[in-house]
Amino acid sequence: MYKLVKFSAVCLTLLVVATADAAAKKVDPYLRPIPVPYPADNVPTADRVELGKMLFFDPRLSGSEWISCATCHNPALSWSDGLPTMIGNSMAKGHRSTPTILNTAYNQTQFWDGRAKTLEEQALGPIQAPGEMNQDLAGLATRLGKIEGYRQMFDKAYPNEGITDKTIAKAIASFERTVVSTEAPFDRWRKGDKNAISVAAQRGFKLFEGKADCVACHQGFNFADDGFHNIGLPHQDHDVEDMGRFAHRKVKVNKGAFKTPTLRDVEMTAPYMHNGAYPTLDEVVEHYNKGGVNLENLDPNMKPLNLNSQEKADIVAFMKSLTGKAMVVTVPRLPAR
Amino acid sequence: MKKFMTRLTSMFLLTAVSSLVIAADEEPATYIVDQKDKQFSMSYVKLRVGGSIDFRNSDPWMHNVFSLSEVQSFDLGSYPKPQAKRVVFDKVGKVDVECAIHPQMHMVVEVVK
Repeated sequence: MYKLVKFSAVCLTLLVVATADAAAKKVDPYLRPIPVPYPADNVPTADRVELGKMLFFDPRLSGSEWISCATCHNPALSWSDGLPTMIGNSMAKGHRSTPTILNTAYNQTQFWDGRAKTLEEQALGPIQAPGEMNQDLAGLATRLGKIEGYRQMFDKAYPNEGITDKTIAKAIASFERTVVSTEAPFDRWRKGDKNAISVAAQRGFKLFEGKADCVACHQGFNFADDGFHNIGLPHQDHDVEDMGRFAHRKVKVNKGAFKTPTLRDVEMTAPYMHNGAYPTLDEVVEHYNKGGVNLENLDPNMKPLNLNSQEKADIVAFMKSLTGKAMVVTVPRLPAR
Repeated sequence: MKKFMTRLTSMFLLTAVSSLVIAADEEPATYIVDQKDKQFSMSYVKLRVGGSIDFRNSDPWMHNVFSLSEVQSFDLGSYPKPQAKRVVFDKVGKVDVECAIHPQMHMVVEVVK
């Protein structure tokens, strides 16, 4: 009897281990993990997210009191601006496009050149940049401190921490961590709904992983590798001197290298590339098909792909299957002066 | 033979555990650090001056190991699986090693006399 019990226990243990192992193997790297990462000193709470949303939409965060974070990261335009390159303070044109903030919570670094490690650090960059929101941080804390509504909200969200550049950044970052991709037809297809995406999109995904080798950089659920690559884009008049990542890490491979962007909702975030070189996804695929245009210091993953017209169209169809449902965003009523 | 076995054990350890500290009487040796799943297989290694590390790419994509540390700087360039490139550590001090393509990859090599 004892032997039987012992044998059963061993079998049960093996079964549990095998099941756990199978469950571990079943995790689909293309599906978004449910938990959104956050730093230990900025645990997201409803008060913090609400405050961050107020700040995100408030133009009083800029020197002119005319530009908010949402001016460029417009939720109606999938958290970007629909422009080839950004427009900032005094209508100054920048030399890079506005990246979407969708899924930035998952990024290892922020900005096209990765110069900020966290969303908290990132949030303060554009506020201060003369060509963007042009606002000094001490002045901003003073300005917000004069608004009763903000005093109450900061007190609730960050008790005893006050209104400082740190709490402003923490609140904005908390809101940004709620801007994550939603289930797209591609996700439903991965979960087993065979008709969720077209046959063309299915062929496109096969090419994406195979012949076109897009997964060399566009990996996982966010279709990004958190890496930096020089993909040989044609120079635009405004970006000839832009060294990208090299400005922050002086290693040869980083000359002209920029961060791999997410492909989630990519259909909705034209124009494309860090310098806004291409208005459509068809042109993006054609760029990769050529193996790049400006071949100086080209990433070694780049090579001509020899895709035919059908194959190129299939890859575009696949990318369009990554469009999720639009996040419902209510524009907040801001605290009165 | 004993020396060979010691070295073999060290090489195994480097690929199997997250950090390695040398034994006091050990001579400079060559170790292997893998680049796998966009991580170095070691986060910390302590080496004797003259010791070396073979940085091996075991990922299906390129890596570019470099250091911009004051003690010793190098740039191994981009290379694919299964290539490995060797760095001899010939100066005492701490060397931060990173991948230029994937900023989440970071390790420290401490070089001692």
